[in-house]
Amino acid sequence: MKYNKHTLINQMKLMLDSRSINEGFARATVSAFAAQLDPMVEELTDIKTAVSEAVTNAIVHAYPDTTGKITLWAGIYVDGYFRVMVKDQGRGIEDIKLARQPLYSSLGDERAGLGFAVMESFMDSLRVRSTPGKGTTITMGKLIKGKRNDS
Amino acid sequence: MDIRYEKNRLTAYLVGEIDHHNAAAVREPIDQAIAKLRPPRVRLDFAAVTFMDSSAVGLVMGRYRLLAAHDAALEVVNLSPQGLRMMQMAHLQTLATLKQKEEIRT
Ligand SMILES: Nc1ncnc2c1ncn2[C@@H]1O[C@H](COP(=O)(O)OP(=O)(O)OP(=O)(O)O)[C@@H](O)[C@H]1O
Ligand SMILES: [Mg+2]
Repeated sequence: MKYNKHTLINQMKLMLDSRSINEGFARATVSAFAAQLDPMVEELTDIKTAVSEAVTNAIVHAYPDTTGKITLWAGIYVDGYFRVMVKDQGRGIEDIKLARQPLYSSLGDERAGLGFAVMESFMDSLRVRSTPGKGTTITMGKLIKGKRNDS
Repeated sequence: MDIRYEKNRLTAYLVGEIDHHNAAAVREPIDQAIAKLRPPRVRLDFAAVTFMDSSAVGLVMGRYRLLAAHDAALEVVNLSPQGLRMMQMAHLQTLATLKQKEEIRT
């Protein structure tokens, strides 16, 4: 299927405090917005899970002992391409390659170290930009095949 | 969440959304029951779970570690396809029994 990642037809933007209660709100909001593409249940679950991972990381890792701001952006492009961005102005990531490794976690407690691996496997693309001391921006994309091709 | 103990098996029936925000509320009653009953087998039933992310994988890994210290076995049942995929990404199939479907609760 051909798609053009550059023709944006609709977008949303939301600012959230980095409180864990907002994890559910963030994924439900993005999922409600993505519903415009008439996705299959599995595709919506993939998006919800990936957003939950990125937002939780901003809450847990970007602002470990403060409450900061998280910006959530989502866009719908022609031919069913969906893109979502999660941005924080927190501590940033020193070594992105290491951070993205499956089962790597800088926090020992009960973290599986699976967040980035889940984002990567549930979405079609994952981009991580980060500057230590400045913040992190996660951008993920997915082509929604949806119910359009269902028989 | 309902927790039952019968035939030397402790079963926790997890409900709703399991994420970082509510993982602790799920973990505490399970750990209390494990500490009190010292069951040889523990089963986590995900049938009524409507959403999970890697926090649920962390929860299962943590319970595995706790149980391994007492030589108790862990079983995770009624996982969604995505849930099973996430558990497998953490190689939990080598540590616990993972199942997508289990008999319906009576
Ligand atoms: N927004 C962020 N700001 C700062 N550090 C981050 C951010 N996101 C991720 N990290 C770093 O990258 C590591 C890997 O993240 P990942 O989500 O894969 O695992 P985790 O959050 O540690 O565990 P899990 O997601 O399984 O609960 C984290 O442990 C943390 O050190
Ligand atoms: Mg994470």
